Amino acid sequence: MKKRLLENIVHGVFLILGLITVGCVLLITVYLVVSGIPAIREIGLTDFLFGREWEPTGDDPKYGILPFILTSVYGTAGAMVIGVPVGFFTAVFLSKAAGGKLRTAVGSAVDLLAGIPSVIYGLVGMLVLVPAIREIFDVPDGASLLAAIIVLAVMILPNIIKVSITALDAVPKEYEDASLALGATPTETFFRVSVPAAKSGIAAAVALGVGRAIGEAMAVIMVAGNVANMPSLFESVRFLTTAVASEMAYSSPGSLHREALFSIALVLFLFIMLINAALNFFLKRRKGE
Amino acid sequence: MLKGKISARRRAYILTMRVLMWASATLTAGLVLFLFVYILANGLPHVTWELLSTKPSYLEDRIGILPDILNTVYIVLATLVFVLPIGVGAAIYLTEYAKNKRVVGVIEYAAETLSGIPSIIYGLVGMLLFSNNFGTSLLAGALTLVIMNLPTVMRTAQESLKTVPQSYREGAFGLGAGKWRTVRTVVLPGCVDGIITGCILSVGRIIGESAALLFTAGFAHALNGVFEGLTSSGATLTVALYVYAKEEGEFGVAFAIAAILLILTLLINLSATLTGRYFAKRRNI
Amino acid sequence: MKKIVSLATAAAFVCLALAGCSAEKGGSVATDGSTSMSTVIGALGEAFEADTGITVTYNPTGSGTGIQAVLEKRCDIGLSSRALKDEEKEAGLEETVLAYDGIAVIVNTENPVSDLDMETIAKIYKGEITNWKDVGGADAEIVLIGRESGSGTRDGFESITGTEGECKYRQELTATGDVIATVASNPNAIGYASLASVEDTVKALSVDGVKPGEATVKDGTYAIQRPFVLVTRKGEALSESAQKFFDYATSEEAVSIISGAGVVAAQ
Repeated sequence: MKKRLLENIVHGVFLILGLITVGCVLLITVYLVVSGIPAIREIGLTDFLFGREWEPTGDDPKYGILPFILTSVYGTAGAMVIGVPVGFFTAVFLSKAAGGKLRTAVGSAVDLLAGIPSVIYGLVGMLVLVPAIREIFDVPDGASLLAAIIVLAVMILPNIIKVSITALDAVPKEYEDASLALGATPTETFFRVSVPAAKSGIAAAVALGVGRAIGEAMAVIMVAGNVANMPSLFESVRFLTTAVASEMAYSSPGSLHREALFSIALVLFLFIMLINAALNFFLKRRKGE
Repeated sequence: MLKGKISARRRAYILTMRVLMWASATLTAGLVLFLFVYILANGLPHVTWELLSTKPSYLEDRIGILPDILNTVYIVLATLVFVLPIGVGAAIYLTEYAKNKRVVGVIEYAAETLSGIPSIIYGLVGMLLFSNNFGTSLLAGALTLVIMNLPTVMRTAQESLKTVPQSYREGAFGLGAGKWRTVRTVVLPGCVDGIITGCILSVGRIIGESAALLFTAGFAHALNGVFEGLTSSGATLTVALYVYAKEEGEFGVAFAIAAILLILTLLINLSATLTGRYFAKRRNI
Repeated sequence: MKKIVSLATAAAFVCLALAGCSAEKGGSVATDGSTSMSTVIGALGEAFEADTGITVTYNPTGSGTGIQAVLEKRCDIGLSSRALKDEEKEAGLEETVLAYDGIAVIVNTENPVSDLDMETIAKIYKGEITNWKDVGGADAEIVLIGRESGSGTRDGFESITGTEGECKYRQELTATGDVIATVASNPNAIGYASLASVEDTVKALSVDGVKPGEATVKDGTYAIQRPFVLVTRKGEALSESAQKFFDYATSEEAVSIISGAGVVAAQ
């Protein structure tokens, strides 16, 4: 009887530990919604989402976050345009074409890339990339959307490569053998047989990259110049994440300004939830395959 | 022998793809090499004993990162103390206890969601949840990191629990052991490798984190003992790197910290690989 | 394993217990606010700690947050690099001017321009003058560097030059050092930063022919200046150690340290 009781208690304890994760998600969601809604109410949803001006401390404060939203979307899209092809081809190379030693060497290089803290990317971007952009493109200042796009592209590379490799490695060898037996060369086999077979996994890799790019704050804040302009490649811009990061410390608690920052975080959170849903969809499909 | 039969178009396709593969892989590897060399070359000359062993002084106009090193150690320890029991416990629940598929699905989905949330959002929520209660302190930062790292620890523990053979559990049950006893004596020792891997991965993430800590742990550089340190505001190495590079324009110090972080990252990756290999070997015996 | 779990729980409780009681603990003073004041407060805090053993923590968050933090009792003394607004005084806060600091208008050391009048500075920041050649420099677009909204330095600069809300910034940076580093790395940049933090990596312009410096800030001829203020709650006693620090910072003894940090002590 005593033993039974102990078992039940232990079971309960583990259940609680398991549910903590769920609790955290709920807590985060509730906190963001509760602290994000009031400012949106006060400003008005359309003025907030589609306003083109962000001047929280002016005499006539304006809280339009369209520039941030568009910058985040363009910045992420730009990073994808550069990062996805490079990551994809590297992944195919490492998974299929590269021999044992080469694969290990480049593989651990990719691991290192994944482990480097984002502020280091920011630091190198700030000191190498920003001056380089200023000189190569002959613009007055290199801190721009382009700089952010390049930094983000580098940062999502390891995610895209690693997840794609996992998917490509899981393609049954029979498929490839069959293709080779039918007279296709190895390269054709990789791209016409293995890649289509792994397409859900590769899609998941891209979704993961999108999530990481849209959520990155510190590296971007160091290279993007941080002015609430509408996005343009060589202009200084502010992302959703950097809008929160740069003004959070300086806005007074309780003010509409700070509440509006929480609303920005809420918008960012919704974006992330959408991407997560897409990611889960691709992962499920992959399991199904 | 097949080559003669391949049409020009196919050959062009193959060539393009091969060039693209090689170019991409070279670019990736070159990028890593450049970052590595650039950071070490700019950073290592600035790593001096004085930098490592002192705290910053305005009167003597000197910068030291000892407080930041200690803060990093404190926050890693504090985070692990909380995240390990919760993460491993959750993994045990999922693999050993949970019978309801729905509950398992919900918990796993929650973990997926947590791992997708960007650190700046953790920073905000951590500020609301913890900093407003414990003050801006390393403890508030650590608690924020606990939530962030929960999915990692949970997943690695879960994966290694799955590798514990079912027959072990049946054997223990057969000998009359209760569920809890089985878990404690048979299952847990079997997932030590998962716990260790989870630890290593978490340490890597904690060391590299900055956005979630700025608003929760703050960025003071005071030299403190462990308990005092946890309750006061402090910068970890990564946050200090950000502050020195971005806020103070001290690029020499920033590069020195970057070099240290890079070497730490390398060591963490290496130890993760080695642990993986060690346990894989032991399992095969 | 059981041992480990119980040890961990015990450690967790100890942490929490310590966290809970640290607020009452004497022996430390919490300050929070302006990033421009980092040198002054850092130097004062260090000298004070060497004398008394009481530690001074400083959270460089920005003037607005510092003021709010005092109001919400999250710190002992708030640091503001602008005078308090009327509504802040009405909310129960009190200011004590610690020092006066010039806001230097800085350009890259390669820039031939070394003197601008106030009107020209305003025109440059409003975007009415966009090329250096119009003010005697090279033929290059002027890159405007400024601070984020909420910064005391930005408040001070914009209100003195009459450009509030009209500045066409190219970059809005979040710290004094950042502005200096950015201007130092871009030959066409112009920025503003606390005079106390400006070193020879950048060139501080003369304004209306007056070179910024301790003497010109003190006698008021250098126009772009603002006070460094200690903010406390009105009619409420500071903790013993905070009061000690407050007295020390406003004493004769501190004057040499304050001017050592590059600003003009109020005494």
